[in-house]
Order: sequence, then C-alpha cells, then structure tokens
Amino acid sequence: MTKIEVLGTGCAKCKRLFANVEQAVKDLGLPAKVVKVEDLDAIVESGVMMTPALFINGEIVAEGRVPDVNEIKSLLTE
Amino acid sequence: MQDYLQLFADWVTYTIFGLVQGNPLASSVNFFVYDTIKVTLLLAVIVFAVGIVRTFITPQKVKKWVAGRTEGAGNVLAALLGIPTPFCSCSAVPLFIGFVESGVPLGITFSFLIASPLINEVAAAMLLAMFGWQIALIYIVSGLVIAIVAGIIIGRLHMEGQVEDFVWKCRMHDQPDKTMTWKERVDFGISESKAITLKVLPYIIIGIAIGAVIHGYAPSDFLVTIAGPDNPLAVPVAVLLGIPLYSNAAGMIPIMEVLTAKGMAIGTALAFMMAVIGLSLPEMVILRKVIKIKLLAIFAVILFVSFTLTGYLFNAILG
Repeated sequence: MTKIEVLGTGCAKCKRLFANVEQAVKDLGLPAKVVKVEDLDAIVESGVMMTPALFINGEIVAEGRVPDVNEIKSLLTE
Repeated sequence: MQDYLQLFADWVTYTIFGLVQGNPLASSVNFFVYDTIKVTLLLAVIVFAVGIVRTFITPQKVKKWVAGRTEGAGNVLAALLGIPTPFCSCSAVPLFIGFVESGVPLGITFSFLIASPLINEVAAAMLLAMFGWQIALIYIVSGLVIAIVAGIIIGRLHMEGQVEDFVWKCRMHDQPDKTMTWKERVDFGISESKAITLKVLPYIIIGIAIGAVIHGYAPSDFLVTIAGPDNPLAVPVAVLLGIPLYSNAAGMIPIMEVLTAKGMAIGTALAFMMAVIGLSLPEMVILRKVIKIKLLAIFAVILFVSFTLTGYLFNAILG
C-alpha cells in the first residue's frame, strides 16, 4: 500500500496536484492511500516551504510545483 | 528577427485579412499579431533560462545562505535570491515560518518576501519585449532597491513582537536537497517554460487584444491630462488601484504599453505594475496568519510609499 500525501493550504495549485495524483493512481490501478494535508502546522512540521508538495511513502518528491499525471505515474512506479 | 516578425504581421494583416493599410482595424490587427508572437517567444526563452537557475536555488538553500548574515549584506542577498524564486501567495506562510524559525532576522526575511513576487521573470520578459531593455532593467533594479531598503527599515523597527507567537515555537524538519543532473535541470526548465507560458498566454492575448483596440481607435493623447507627468496625483492613485488587482501582470503590461503610448507617464505605469504584482490583498490576508496587524500595516505602507516614490522618480527622470 503506497501512502501519498498532498500538502497545501487549499490553493488552486494544490487542488490541481491532488486531482493529478488521483488520476495517476486510478490509471495505474495502484493500491494507494491519498491524503490531503491542509493543516498549516502539519505542513510546517514536515519542512515544506513551498506548497503544493507531494510526499510518497513519507519522502518528498516535489515541492512548489505541480507535476503532471505522467510524472506522478513514473514517480509511483519507481 | 523583429523584421521577419513585422513582415509576418504585415502579411497576416494585409494579405490574409485583406485590410487596407492606414485604417484603424488594420492597425489593431497588425499590432495584435506582432506583439503576441514576439512576447510569447521571448517569454518562453526567459522562463526556460530562469527555470534552469531555479534548480540551483531552493528555498531550503536560500534559508541556509541568508541565516547568520548581518543587516545590509543579508538584505541584498535575500533580495537577489528572491528574483528567481517563484512566489505563490499560499506559500507565503510556510516560507515565512521556515525563515524565521531557522534564525533569519525579520528584516532579511521581508527583503526576500518582497523581492520574490515583485521581481518575476514573466513581468521582466514582457517589459523587455514591449518596452525595451532599459525599462526592464529599471524595473529589476528598483525592485531590488525597494526590497533591500524596506527589509532594512522593518529590521530596524524591531518588530519581533509583532510576529504571532506560534511561529517562534515551530520546529521544521530539514528536507535533504537532492542533487540534480544537468539533464534533469534542462527538463525542469522546459517544463517550467511550457507550463508558465501556457498559463499566462490567455492573459497576454486578452491584454494585447484590449491594447490593440486602444492602439487602433483611441486618440493619441487622451491620457496626457489624467495620467501624464504633469498630474502629481496620478502616481499614488495608480498604486492604490494596482493593489487589489492580483497576478494579472501578464495582461496588464500590454495595456500599459498602449497607455504609455497614449500619454501615460512611464513612471506612473511602472508604479502601477509594481503595485499589481508586488502587493496584493490575498497575500496580506494570508500573511496575517503569521504577523500581527500592526506589522502588516507597516509592511503595506512601506510598499505603498516605495512604489509611489519610484513612480515619481522615473517620471522626473524619463518624463
């Protein structure tokens, strides 16, 4: 089970990233848990300075940008 | 390069659309075709170059580089590093906390927070395409000076008590920085260039279309009395109008180009643009989460005064 976290306070970019992640997971048919982290304290705690950020299994893979569906797929299959 | 573009614009206007040279519609169409292509090409190239630079400068690194610097040198460095760093108002809070929490002085943090949105590659590329390199340079240099001076003033005011208490208690994990290969950097530059150019293109097209209509139809001196160099009120009014307008620099600059051609003073136009991109209501609402109302007000007033002075200065020099 892959754990995917999308960190962001709810701005447009964060929503786009979340949608991309859901699409990638659906396309791959991956058993994954996608979590939205919108709480500011939790975002700060994780060390992220630019939102949105993407974590896969607790590891940061993108910060301050919105990777497209294909990039997320390749990140997930790595 | 520009000659070929002009030939192409002429061909589209007079041959494809069959318009007659000299009529206002022909003038508008020609202007629209020429400007859209020129701005888009230049924007794509500059955003690509800045994207490459951006792979070397992450906020995590900036934080380490400026922590422990003294006033002056620290403010200059923070403002310079703010140029290639992209800014989204929703990142203002984690950025602010990350800086303050790792011991970056408040004034230096503000130099970065001001420079990052105020000086951005989209505005610089568009000024370069539509106003020439001198105005683009004036914009970057005055943006830097504002960020440095405003940061030093805020630092000197010793406003640490105006930062919300929880900020001081935050403990951020340090994220390890991955080293990228050159191929990854170039790929990043290309994807940034594609994403940003496509994102701002609709604004540019709308801006140029509005500009083209004004260009073709409005009398050539209709703004001289309201926004010309002889109306001292024009600058502060332009700055006040610019603050609530948010993130539409890409659409504003083509309109500015036409308005200056119709008599608006260049300093006034610059001050207006800086207010549009450098200070916005949503950003202030978000910053309110980490700083108290007094510091927020001081921040807004310092920027208002800086933009207005910049407008007067360049009206005096270039007007």
